[in-house]
Amino acid sequence: MNKSKWFFTPVLIWLGLFLIVPMLIVVAMSFMQRDTLGNVVYSFSWEGYKTFWDSLYLGIYWDTIVLSITTTVICLVVSYPLAYYLANSSPRVQNWGLILITIPFWINFLIRTYAWVLLLRTQGVVNSLLIHFGWIDEPLQMLYTKGAVLLGMVYNFVPFMVLPLYVAIEQIDRRLLDAASDLGASRWKAFWHIALPQSKAGIMTGSVLVFVSTAGMFVVTDILGGSKSSMISNIIQAQFLGARNWPFGSALSVIFVLTSLILIVLFSRVMKSRSDRTREGGNA
Amino acid sequence: MKKKGHPLLGIHSALMMIFIYVPIVLVMVYSFNNTRLSGDWKGFTLDWYVSLLKDRHVMEALMNSLVIAVVSTIAATLLGTISALSMRDIARKWRGPLNGVLYMPVIIPDIIMGLSLLVLFSQLQIPLGKSTVMIAHITFSMSYVYVVVNARLAGMGRQLEEAAQDLGATYWQTFRHVTLPQITPGIISGALIAFTLSLDDFMVSFFVAGPSSTTLPIYIYGQVKRGISPEINALCTLLILVSITLILLAQYVLNRGKGQKKHKMLPF
Repeated sequence: MNKSKWFFTPVLIWLGLFLIVPMLIVVAMSFMQRDTLGNVVYSFSWEGYKTFWDSLYLGIYWDTIVLSITTTVICLVVSYPLAYYLANSSPRVQNWGLILITIPFWINFLIRTYAWVLLLRTQGVVNSLLIHFGWIDEPLQMLYTKGAVLLGMVYNFVPFMVLPLYVAIEQIDRRLLDAASDLGASRWKAFWHIALPQSKAGIMTGSVLVFVSTAGMFVVTDILGGSKSSMISNIIQAQFLGARNWPFGSALSVIFVLTSLILIVLFSRVMKSRSDRTREGGNA
Repeated sequence: MKKKGHPLLGIHSALMMIFIYVPIVLVMVYSFNNTRLSGDWKGFTLDWYVSLLKDRHVMEALMNSLVIAVVSTIAATLLGTISALSMRDIARKWRGPLNGVLYMPVIIPDIIMGLSLLVLFSQLQIPLGKSTVMIAHITFSMSYVYVVVNARLAGMGRQLEEAAQDLGATYWQTFRHVTLPQITPGIISGALIAFTLSLDDFMVSFFVAGPSSTTLPIYIYGQVKRGISPEINALCTLLILVSITLILLAQYVLNRGKGQKKHKMLPF
């Protein structure tokens, strides 16, 4: 019976070769530099990381973080009531709601982003409607703005937020809510002190998913932001596929992953300490 | 017992669903609109679908996508299933880290996976083409297959297999007649998911595809960057319908024979 564990060997070799080794090479490459032709020079250098300190890249890096956090917060705010409603509905509504929320996962995000071009462009649906109803005379410039990028991001990642929230809210111990209302707590109080803290795992998972996905999604800025806006992932992509500065691209990738990890750790710390405080408050 | 939800919650949820679906439905509706430029409705047509069929680039991209999806699905299903099966016989202390490695492709941002594979292929001097895209797709798809098959295995316990062995069945007989039939829905469902992921992937393919291995999503990206066109609406509509059909099928296979409830949704 025990021999079957050796079948894991090919899996391990595959993942080692095509997952672990490539990422180690990227880390190594981030400490190299390139020659004038764009070839990688195999000697140690801080060049890639030094280039990052250029104010241009620092600005884009900051913009990326701001955009990712904004997207995450908006997704959280609009998804929570939806997830809450679903978790509180009849099984039939829950089933259909979950199917409807899951379907977008399987629709290519390129298509979902492109759909907004149809809506937002100058002769697009939104402008046509606004002109038709006489609310505006001239079409508004909505495409290729920061707002369009933010909208596209929120649109793409709302399902990523709803599902983990739903799972968490669905598991809330309803008896505690009953107990709270029996003891005279208002709906808001019961929500604030019981439902919200108990759905924290979902908030955490959803936020991390949305944050990391937004930061890596260069296509949305590409399609809805035009040339005006870019994120760190646009720069990374350009280094590898256009500018051919792989060491700099690698350094940016390392910075991107490390930033995500640090923010995730910080975020989970904050969530944890909040729950401790709530618990202490409960005991007092 | 249960209090009725606040009416505002219901209204908000309905609006969210409209927000999620209006753009998607719009792409589909426009794919039948008998006008190339205007945003208004000018009557029903199937012209754009016909011109897709005649477009050599689209057909080439479609063939590339299908070949890549078939090969990577077979390999990913094999590797994912093997991982799930052999994981059960691995010492407990190793399972955590190995699980972590298997989940990595699900967690790592696509862009990082794409560029790191690009760097690997260039270091090994492997020319970019269909095979490099296949390798990339196998790597992320196998994790999803693993998750689905693993869930199926976890749900079935080992009693039947132990009983078969007690009754004198060999390892392979047990596998063939006891284990395999029970996990088949998981394997089929995992394969369908792998196929859909491969067909839909843009990010990773974008980095590791060569000029001769343009897939459908890469083709769509190129067109979308140039602006809108009714053919792209038609192509997007087809891709949406194929993906949704495959995923609903995967879900159906997984749920059939499993006493309803539980895991109604996909592993995400």
